[in-house]
Amino acid sequence: MILAVASGKGGTGKTTVSVNLAKIFGSSIQLLDCDVEEPNAHLFLPTQLELTEVVDTLVPEINTSACDLCGDCSYFCKFNAVAKLGAQIVVFPELCHSCGGCEKVCPKSAIHYINRRIGVIETFKSSKINLIQGRLDIGMSMAPPLIRTLKSKIDRKLPAILDAPPGNSCPVVTTIQDADFVLLVTEPTPFGLHDLRISVETLEALDLAFAVVINRMGIGDRRVHDFCKEKNIRVLSEIPNDRKIAETYSRGELMVDLLPEYKKIFIDLMERILEFQPNKKIQDG
Amino acid sequence: MKIAFTSSGDNLRAPLNPHFGRAPKFLIYDLQNGDFEIIDNRQNLNAVQGAGIQSAETVSASKVGAVVTGHCGPKAFQALNLAGIKVFHTDSETIAEAIEKYKSGALVEATIEDSERH
Repeated sequence: MILAVASGKGGTGKTTVSVNLAKIFGSSIQLLDCDVEEPNAHLFLPTQLELTEVVDTLVPEINTSACDLCGDCSYFCKFNAVAKLGAQIVVFPELCHSCGGCEKVCPKSAIHYINRRIGVIETFKSSKINLIQGRLDIGMSMAPPLIRTLKSKIDRKLPAILDAPPGNSCPVVTTIQDADFVLLVTEPTPFGLHDLRISVETLEALDLAFAVVINRMGIGDRRVHDFCKEKNIRVLSEIPNDRKIAETYSRGELMVDLLPEYKKIFIDLMERILEFQPNKKIQDG
Repeated sequence: MKIAFTSSGDNLRAPLNPHFGRAPKFLIYDLQNGDFEIIDNRQNLNAVQGAGIQSAETVSASKVGAVVTGHCGPKAFQALNLAGIKVFHTDSETIAEAIEKYKSGALVEATIEDSERH
């Protein structure tokens, strides 16, 4: 099972839900921190760094003696990473998506690819949780290549929880697109609802099974509940807005360890998730 | 020499568009004879990224020696530099006004520090 935990709005509790679910899971589980711009799951688990792998992406390099400035490569590149400027072909590696197209269209075979480091993948040792995180280098702006490499580390024989980045753009889609099930963590406020709508639209376009967890119950209003009811979206859990949770979090500790009343919430949540078959839409009615 | 002005319209009375990368059009003005042509840049309005670089390629292909605009970002500036094209910033309201300022030498050539990220 691959369970992705996403949200629209940031700060709703994705990592909280991901790590607490991983903790109460009965047997070995993988936790992948796919928020490679700011991985934070490791803060909540007593782990030792076991392995660091450097991750590269491929970017083009022009052989100027073979190049005749025809500009086909520049014309092809939708990302404007290869440009014909004056009497030269210039590569902007930070814009390159490594599609491999420029080399293929070059009539003079004047393009080859070189490695460009983008970040690292770190594997942590823990008792039952295999934590693997991606960490994008500072100054790098493209997360999806690193997220894809991170996901290639998933051991398909074990269940996996993917802690997704916030929002709904490329890094999120890369993380969640082949998940068996997606949990959308939201908060019962206008901001929560605004971004939840966009997430729901995204998941429907990707045809992914999903349900909602509402965190910080007690703040805001009922509009997120009304929205879920109107769209026949299951709300699998509600987590109260409890200062004790915030205190536990701020100390880098897990509520399922320190607050027994919340352990049950996560056990129930995991049971409800496991009840559903993969590839089946989780909807009421 | 030809100069590219970022334009919101189709003639010399048109407003000078403040952006370079996402300018809707370029007005290419020939200093020698006062002729001009309009190049549509609309595809850049929806570009995912690299709009400034694409615009630099477009004006470079028109063989201009200078660009006059409101702002231009660091990648666009670098691209224009590589193409041997000088950059001038102005807050002139119309292209006609910007042309007069250029001819009178009132415009100062931009440096890399002037290009703000936006």
